[in-house]
Amino acid sequence: MDARRAPRAVIDPKVRKVGFFAPPDPIPLNISPSVNSLSPVMIPPPRHSSENLNINTRYSVTSPSGEESIAISSSSSELFPPPISPAPSSRIVAGDGGGIAASSFPRGGFDVTAVKASIGVPVCKLTTVSVVNADSLAIDEREKADKGGGSAMEVKDQAMNSKQKKEKSSKAERRDLQEAQRAAKAAVKAEGNKPSGSVTSVNLKSAKAAKPPQKVDNTSIAASEKKGGDRPSEKDRKKDVPHPRLQYDDKSRVEKAKRRAVVNQTEARNRVELFRHLPQYEHGSQLPDLEAKFFQIDPVHPSVYKVGLQYLSGDISGGNARCIAMLQAFQDAIKDYAVPPEKTLVRDLTAKISSYVSFLIECRPLSISMGNAIRFLKSRITKLPPTLSESESKTSLQSDIEHFINEKIILANKVIVNHAVTKIRDGDVLLTYGSSSAVEMILLHAHELGKQFRVVVVDSRPRLQGKVLLRRLVEKGLSCTYTHVNAVSYIMHEVTRVFLGASSVLSNGTVYSGVGTACVAMVAHVYHVPVIVCCEAYKFHERVQLDSICSNELGDPDVISKVPGREDVNLLDAWANTENLQLLNLMYDATPSDYVSMIVTDYGMIPPTSVPVVVREYSREQVWM
Amino acid sequence: MDFQVVVLAGGVSKKLLPLVSKELPKALLPVANRPVLSYVVELLELSNLKDLIVVVEGEDAALNVGAWISGAYADRLHVEVAAVPEDVGTAGAIRAIARHLYAKDILVVSGDLVSDVPIGAVAATHRRHDAVVTALLCNAPISGPLESVSSGGKDKTKKPGRYDLIGLDPTKQFLLHIATGAEVEKDLRIQKSILRAVGQIEIRADLMDAHLYAFKRSVLLEVLEQKGAFNSLKHDVLPYLVRSQLKSEVLLNGIPQAEENGSEKVISQSNQQMLSQILANASEPTFHLRHTLNTNGSDSVRRTHKCCVYIAGSSKYCARLNSIQAYNDINRDVIGEASHLSGYSFSAHNNIIHPTAELGAKTTVGPHCMLGEGSQMGDKCSVKRSVIGRHCRIGANVKVVNSVVMNHVTIGDCCSIQGSVICSNVQLQERAILKDCQVGAGFVVTAGSECKGEVLAKKWN
Repeated sequence: MDARRAPRAVIDPKVRKVGFFAPPDPIPLNISPSVNSLSPVMIPPPRHSSENLNINTRYSVTSPSGEESIAISSSSSELFPPPISPAPSSRIVAGDGGGIAASSFPRGGFDVTAVKASIGVPVCKLTTVSVVNADSLAIDEREKADKGGGSAMEVKDQAMNSKQKKEKSSKAERRDLQEAQRAAKAAVKAEGNKPSGSVTSVNLKSAKAAKPPQKVDNTSIAASEKKGGDRPSEKDRKKDVPHPRLQYDDKSRVEKAKRRAVVNQTEARNRVELFRHLPQYEHGSQLPDLEAKFFQIDPVHPSVYKVGLQYLSGDISGGNARCIAMLQAFQDAIKDYAVPPEKTLVRDLTAKISSYVSFLIECRPLSISMGNAIRFLKSRITKLPPTLSESESKTSLQSDIEHFINEKIILANKVIVNHAVTKIRDGDVLLTYGSSSAVEMILLHAHELGKQFRVVVVDSRPRLQGKVLLRRLVEKGLSCTYTHVNAVSYIMHEVTRVFLGASSVLSNGTVYSGVGTACVAMVAHVYHVPVIVCCEAYKFHERVQLDSICSNELGDPDVISKVPGREDVNLLDAWANTENLQLLNLMYDATPSDYVSMIVTDYGMIPPTSVPVVVREYSREQVWM
Repeated sequence: MDFQVVVLAGGVSKKLLPLVSKELPKALLPVANRPVLSYVVELLELSNLKDLIVVVEGEDAALNVGAWISGAYADRLHVEVAAVPEDVGTAGAIRAIARHLYAKDILVVSGDLVSDVPIGAVAATHRRHDAVVTALLCNAPISGPLESVSSGGKDKTKKPGRYDLIGLDPTKQFLLHIATGAEVEKDLRIQKSILRAVGQIEIRADLMDAHLYAFKRSVLLEVLEQKGAFNSLKHDVLPYLVRSQLKSEVLLNGIPQAEENGSEKVISQSNQQMLSQILANASEPTFHLRHTLNTNGSDSVRRTHKCCVYIAGSSKYCARLNSIQAYNDINRDVIGEASHLSGYSFSAHNNIIHPTAELGAKTTVGPHCMLGEGSQMGDKCSVKRSVIGRHCRIGANVKVVNSVVMNHVTIGDCCSIQGSVICSNVQLQERAILKDCQVGAGFVVTAGSECKGEVLAKKWN
């Protein structure tokens, strides 16, 4: 064990493991040596032995060296994209733009059915008077194709010598190039040669992941490491290691990220010193700016764009809803996706999803549950057997997403409701904080079952989510009490159970949830009221967090200085820009596991100490499913 | 982004006589020596919308507009021109081209809009709310000449223009009521059901409907098909959609998702229900949703649709060329305060004088002026806040203030022009004095005549 861990300790000096140690995965031992020797570069990810692996499959997916690039270039020479004609070609009449204006339209028959005859408006014809020149476009495309083919050939040439010229190819091509090169280098075992260092022009996130200092590790690395200090290849590590979070007090990196950003992000002034590492922007300017760019942002799919807008404007909030909205947008995007020529679906779609994700992050930082869902989707994409056709892979991905939503979110919620309802007895007084979809369903279900209980909804400014929950509960006929969090110690006397939702549960049992949850849980603990946290297992994360400072989300600081509906309370309006006042609007906090009596999840009711088990078992099932 | 753009360029507007004619339809009326349509087209181009359908009333007008577009935007934009008969109205125009519309949402823009409001913002608002219609509202422009210039004759037009009365919800996102200035007599009727559902309506009179709408295509076409009498988008379709937003009669293609359920055997109905519930609960419910849910007892599900607005910021310029007064104002603004719209670069004196223009001795061209190419001016002329077109010949000692002079105009010596519009090929003989006049194309103003607030035009045969 120690011998195995030693090399990684050198690579990743910042790894720390707290409390619970997952036993090393036994799976690498199952892998037959023949599979291992196939591609010395890649350590195959742990798989269940039941999954029969096609050797060819693995090869072409994992080793992006010579063969594949040749295939690409040869196909490119044959498959020139046909000349692109703008818009539906049937309507274009005038030849090359400068044509005579109203040349008559060849199609004679009017489609009278579209218009009522009684209106008396003849269906008119369209006359194309101005066309974007089709020929020049097609030529451009062809040139690009040539160039693309050329660069693919170069990949082969350059695989051996580790020099790279700056190519004027597209970003995706550059990325392909880089990855191929990186894998090739690892194959030659150029020791001590940091592959990412040689590439300067790449501005993809993946490049950053390769930089060692800020690495956070996870257990699966330990599992996939081999004996004898054999370092896992750069690419493999990159895949396993979660991206280091961008520390927003790191000036140079923030600058770099800003240049990529689609959303105009002005840094908020007067930030609290302790939270400088978290992103905080002027909230007012983001939405109008993004809206104005509606038609300019080309690569973002409309559905994804819509979801991003809704995140940014706060139209969608709540972990489950955000996750579902994101997945559905991805579903739409995959449905409309077509593999560009000379690209493979696996790579290009992954890149595409990544670009969507970074767009969404710019709109609002991802929640942990969304991160898990994205990880799931990406692993599904990479696991696609290359024998599938494009449409088959697309349908399979769409149904995968569908399954994820149904099983991990909807069914999980149902199971949680069924479990948690057993904890509600007649005469109970249940306290909940904020608005959690799972808790709401539990309460409603218990009410439907005819249990007699009372609900205390505790709320807090500035979001006042509890009000929305309260309205729905009262509409359904539950008897409720509504109070704010400052009265929680008073109301806790009469409470018999506390039900809380969670944004995430971390592997040390810490519950990461909306700000204020910790306070409620602690007060309940003092009054010896059991605290039951309801959280779907897909929100569990292997991360360990001891405080709510190192990772959190900062909301719009302006909303806490304003009182909704009371314009006359404007004492802080002018103060917001003074030097010695800093407003802090934290979105989340971490509740230590000591204050949590039980976590209800789709795997049953577990104590917080059992979270790592679920994380381990579940994440394997999720990712390697 | 699955948007299609329809530019309603109009035809020969009666309101703008004598400025417009068959040869010079409204869309080609020069504003700062550029056709007014170019402002819209370039605004759209700026938003990366390069696929346009331009609808023009009247065959001749369509020919002219088409010829101009093909000359100006060949290789830049993909424009299709459709000619519709005159007097079909805006709704009729959309009906006529209905079969060419296929995108999910349709952006309908009036061709006489001069604005710098980002069109994407309207589209984004539309998408974000999944609205049936989204209208662009902007601050009503200040009408009449600037205060600094004292002009006695125009006081009657200076009265505050009657613009639209617009009802908004407290969040200023939804359109609850719309009535155009002309319709409002003494009292205002507001639907009780909407007021009850929303609780609070803000009625604004300082906003103007800019005639830029994003419509959901399916709904727009359905309404146009069902309501054959609807003639105008602004006066009929939009108020209808606003009125019926809480008892929607249009089929929203978003709601029934049964077709997907059929193929996916895994998804049970309850799952779908739960899914939509989670999504619906995610946000502060709008009054639409609350109204839908308030079906106490009755079985029928209330259907609603959303009518949204995008209110342009006060720093944005937005005006419509729909009257002669507006024509004067827009010309003044485009070379004046909203000069970024004109697309020209201004000289140090804050004016634009084409290099081929010739100025006589002691002739002054003040700030906020424009002099087109090949124009000649005699000695001792003075031009203030005016636009002078191409190839004009202006004699000596001529004063042009607050006026628009189009192309190929000949102005004799000692003329004085104030607050007037002089169309192309007009001849002004010596010592003519015009104040607040509109002179139609090809007219000859005899020497020494003095006109005030008149419309001078050739008799139409």
